[in-house]
Amino acid sequence: MQNESRDHEPANSKKMLAAKPFNTFVSFIKHIHPVKIPLSSLAFKCTWGLGGMSLVLAFMLMVTGILMQLAYKPLPGIAYESVQLIKNDILFGQLVRNIHYFSANFLVIVAFCHMLRVFFTSGFYGTRRVNWIIGICIFLLILLSCFTGYLLPWDQTAYWAVTICINMFEYIPSGSFFKNFVTDGYEVSTRTLQMFFTLHTTLIPSILIILFAIHFWKIRKAGGVVFPGTHHADDNIKPVMVKSNPNLFLRETVVGAVLIAFILSISLVFNAPLDDIANSGLSPNPAKAPWYFSGLQELLVHFHPLFAVFIIPVLALLLLFFTPFITDTAAQKGVWFISDKAKKAGFISALFSIICVPGFILLDEYVVNFQLLMPDMVGVISTGLIPFSIVIAFIFIFYYLMKRKFNLSINEAFQTIFIFLTTAYIVLTVTGTWLRGPGMKLIW
Amino acid sequence: MKILWTGLGFIAIAEFIALCVSFLNPKKGKTVSGNSDNIIEAGTIDSFQPESVTAFVRGKFYLVCLKDGGFLALSSKCTHLGCSVPWNEEEKKFICPCHASQFDMTGKVLSSPAPRALDIYKIKIVNMNIIVDISRIIKRAGFAKEQVIYPENVKR
Repeated sequence: MQNESRDHEPANSKKMLAAKPFNTFVSFIKHIHPVKIPLSSLAFKCTWGLGGMSLVLAFMLMVTGILMQLAYKPLPGIAYESVQLIKNDILFGQLVRNIHYFSANFLVIVAFCHMLRVFFTSGFYGTRRVNWIIGICIFLLILLSCFTGYLLPWDQTAYWAVTICINMFEYIPSGSFFKNFVTDGYEVSTRTLQMFFTLHTTLIPSILIILFAIHFWKIRKAGGVVFPGTHHADDNIKPVMVKSNPNLFLRETVVGAVLIAFILSISLVFNAPLDDIANSGLSPNPAKAPWYFSGLQELLVHFHPLFAVFIIPVLALLLLFFTPFITDTAAQKGVWFISDKAKKAGFISALFSIICVPGFILLDEYVVNFQLLMPDMVGVISTGLIPFSIVIAFIFIFYYLMKRKFNLSINEAFQTIFIFLTTAYIVLTVTGTWLRGPGMKLIW
Repeated sequence: MKILWTGLGFIAIAEFIALCVSFLNPKKGKTVSGNSDNIIEAGTIDSFQPESVTAFVRGKFYLVCLKDGGFLALSSKCTHLGCSVPWNEEEKKFICPCHASQFDMTGKVLSSPAPRALDIYKIKIVNMNIIVDISRIIKRAGFAKEQVIYPENVKR
């Protein structure tokens, strides 16, 4: 704001000229923030700074990504050599690759936590609904970006993980078309690599940047982040306001700097993995999906593929998308977990999930074999519909029991189920990532 | 006027999409059978023992010679999620390393999660030579006698 008046002064001194680009930058930063913000929204536990962290990570990914793109060659075999070149011969190449790798993995985690934060502080009602949907789209694009980037090193891990994931499409209606589209019909090939490279380095980042802009603009439109007491805004109680500069800027800088320091230290200590060069004739045992998809992979072990990779994920996504539309909009906003009893119910449901899901996994692994129980039935029904119905029925019974036991409102009950499902997915991811050994057998 | 402009806009979008699709569409007719890359000469009939499985790395298939002397060319790609299935000589089975699907010598599913038998390729026997055409993959639900190719002079 203050800079505008300076623009009218004659920029005659050299100092002024040098300072101008920087001023423009500062001015830009100032303008994407409000001048004043409510004091209570500054508390760290209000947002945990997760959205800002995501942005910092995205920025680090872009910088390191551009650097690596200068050395990378998207052709099978040659790709692997160029990654080795980055690793071994280019000065700080290994470090840049590590930063890219760890930033990407942390971005998935941080963006996921950001989504949970918005959910648990009920920050998705009213004008924020659209932003919730944009946020989910951003999250999905981040996953897609990670996945397309996963193939680029063209090592064994990458090649087979992508092969498995692409073959999952065969079980989705009209998915074979997509599979043929990216694979030349038969297997992961030059075409796949080039498509993934383009998606990873051009298309997805451009879409993400646009979505980021809309996402931030929408936060401004909604009057900043949610904080306890947001719903009083239309009453006459005005929240205490403070200036963004320096109150907010300082906090943002600290979070960003700590995060960068954290990623840098990890990148110095640990190296991003690189397996042997991809061999299309030899599958490693076990061949696993990347960790952010290993929950799906775990579902695949228990359910028919049609349910594991299509019906269940689509239902989960729909539920996520429409949460702000099917729950009560007039609810309290900005308060963690809505209420104390909902917090208690949520805790119990998380605990229940941690006990139940491994129980189900063990049952399915060692005791019940749906296919042997019903040998005459089609696989879709015996290993798909029947176990799926059992799980759904189980969830519904749990929902009603919890609702009655704790006398929960719709939002609180919904949150309880959300906690149950999220915990279940995390348990599945952990199982798929660490507890599955050769032949996808359970190990510990 | 407004409708006209909107219509023109939609036509432009449609043209753009059509352009993108045709640009990205893999060239059809590139993989014509008869192309020497897609025809693999596996060898003469008598070089394969009955009840044996021979791997062909280049074509990614196994040439199986059954007990009765019939031949089958099985794709080495698991029908579950596309992993490469190795032949286990001791157990006389194909066992997928990814999700533990098992197939017998004819490619029939012995143990799930694989939904159908291993895909096969077309075999021709010309002058005692076995020729496998890998340009087209043949999907099948299970094993059937008709899929096996027998040399003419061998008794069934």
